[in-house]
Amino acid sequence: MNVLLDNLSLYGEGLLGTVELTVYASLLALALGFLIAAFRVAPVGSLRAFGTVWVTVLRNTPLTLLFFAVLLGLPRFGLVLPFKLFAVLALGCYTSAFICEAVRSGINTVPAGQGEAARSLGMTFPQILGDVVLPQAFRSVIPPIGSTLIALAKNSAIAGSFSVVELLGTYKTLNELGYSIIWSFIWIAVGYLIVTLTISALFNVLEKRWGVAR
Amino acid sequence: MTTALYDLPGPRSRRRHLLYGTGASVILLALIGWIISLLFDTGQFTAQKWTPFTYKGIQELLLTGLGNTLKAFGYAAVLSMALGAVLACARLSDHRAVRWAGTVLVEFFRAMPVLVMIFFVYVALKVEPLPALVTGLTLYNGSVLAEVFRTGVNSVERGQGEAAYALGMGKTQVMTHVLVPQAVRAMLPTIISQLVVALKDTSLGFLITYEEFLHAGKLIASNLDYDLPFIPVVMIISPIYIGMCMLLSWLAHWVSRRQRRNPKVEAAEVGAAEPGTLLPGAGPGLPKPPHA
Repeated sequence: MNVLLDNLSLYGEGLLGTVELTVYASLLALALGFLIAAFRVAPVGSLRAFGTVWVTVLRNTPLTLLFFAVLLGLPRFGLVLPFKLFAVLALGCYTSAFICEAVRSGINTVPAGQGEAARSLGMTFPQILGDVVLPQAFRSVIPPIGSTLIALAKNSAIAGSFSVVELLGTYKTLNELGYSIIWSFIWIAVGYLIVTLTISALFNVLEKRWGVAR
Repeated sequence: MTTALYDLPGPRSRRRHLLYGTGASVILLALIGWIISLLFDTGQFTAQKWTPFTYKGIQELLLTGLGNTLKAFGYAAVLSMALGAVLACARLSDHRAVRWAGTVLVEFFRAMPVLVMIFFVYVALKVEPLPALVTGLTLYNGSVLAEVFRTGVNSVERGQGEAAYALGMGKTQVMTHVLVPQAVRAMLPTIISQLVVALKDTSLGFLITYEEFLHAGKLIASNLDYDLPFIPVVMIISPIYIGMCMLLSWLAHWVSRRQRRNPKVEAAEVGAAEPGTLLPGAGPGLPKPPHA
C-alpha cells in the first residue's frame, strides 16, 4: 500500500501518460481506419489495392518492429518530433488496420438487398451511405472496435520502453528508489485494469444503446 | 457482384471509375517515388551502409537472432496450447470452484498487457530473458486459446454430446472422443491466427534484451564503422518478420477456406491476428453468429 501512497504523483503521471497515448492513438486509428475501410470498399481498383496492402502489412507487423522503425528510423529522414508523438503515430497506424477490418466487415454484414431497395427508391449514393448502410453497419461494428481499442490500451505499454512516460515505465523509478517490486507491479496491473475496464464499460453502454438487437 | 453500396457500373460509371483510378494511381505512385527519392537523398543506398550484409559474421548474427526468435515462438506456441487446454478444462469443469478459478485466471491474464507480465517475470522474479519472454507469452496466449477451445467445444452441436452420454460414455470419453476432435477441427484457423499473435509478440523480447532478431538488427544498426546502417537494417528485417507472420496468417486462411468446402465442419470465421477482448461476444477468434 505504501508504494502507491508514497508515489501517488508518479503513478498518476504514468496513468495519465497511458490514457493520453490511448486517447490520441485511438482518435488517429479511428480516423485512419475509417478512411482505409472506405478505400477497401471503393469501386476504384488502385485504392482497394492500397487498402489491402496497408491492412495486410500492418496486421502482420510486430508492433515492436513498428515502434523500432518509427521512433528510431524517421529521425534519420530529418523528421524530429517528440517521442510521444511518434508513439501515437506508430500505435495509431498499427491499430488502424484492425479498425479498418472491423468497419469493413460491418459494412459487409449489410445485405445487398438493402442497397438495391434504396437504389430502386431513387436514393442517391450519399443518402444510401448515410441513411441505409452506415447506420446498420455501425451497430454491428461497436463490439469489435471496443476490443480493438482495449488492445490498443494494452499495447501502449510498449511505448514505455522507448522513453515515453506511461504506466509500465514507472516500475523503473520505483525499483531505483528501492520499493518492493512485487507491489509496484501490482499497482501497475491495477492501473491497466482501470483503463481497460473503463473502455470495456464505455463500449458496453454504447452496445446497449445502439447495438444490434439479437 | 453487387454490394449494398454500389450497383453494377454502367458505361458512364466505368469511365468515371477509370478516371478516379488513374488519379489515385498517379498520387500513390508519386508518394512512392517521393519516399524512394527521400531514401536516396539521405544516402541510404550508399555502399558503405550495405557492405556489412555481405560479411559472414553479420549474416550469422542475423541468422542466430532469427533462430532465437523462432525458438521463443516454438516454446511459447507449444506451452500456450498446453496451458490453453488445461484452462479450458478448468472452465468446462463440473466443479464450481475449479470453474471459478479458471475464469478468474483467464480473465486476468487476458486483461493484462503481455509486456507487463513479461517485465514482471523478468524484473521481479529475476529470470533469464528467454524464460521470461516465454512465460509472458504463454500466460497471455494460453488464456486466449483457452477461450477459443472452450467456445469450440460449446459450439459443437448439442445433440452430439447428448447422444454420446446416452450411449453410456463418461464425461472424459465424451470430451476426448466426440467433442474435442470436432471442436479442434472447427477452431483450427482461429488457433493458427492466435499463433500469429504469439509470433509477433516474440519481438517484445527485444525490450528485455533477449537476443532475438530485432536485437541483432539493433547491434548492426548502431555500428559506426558502417555509418549507422539503420534504414538498411529495417529494410532487411521487416520483410522477413512480416513475411513469416503473413505465411502463418495465410495458412490460417487456407485451412479455413478448405474447411468451408468440407461439409463435416462449419468452419469458424478466421479471426484477425489481434489480441483478446473483455467484451462479451466480441472475441477475435470466437465464431460469430452467422449473419443473413
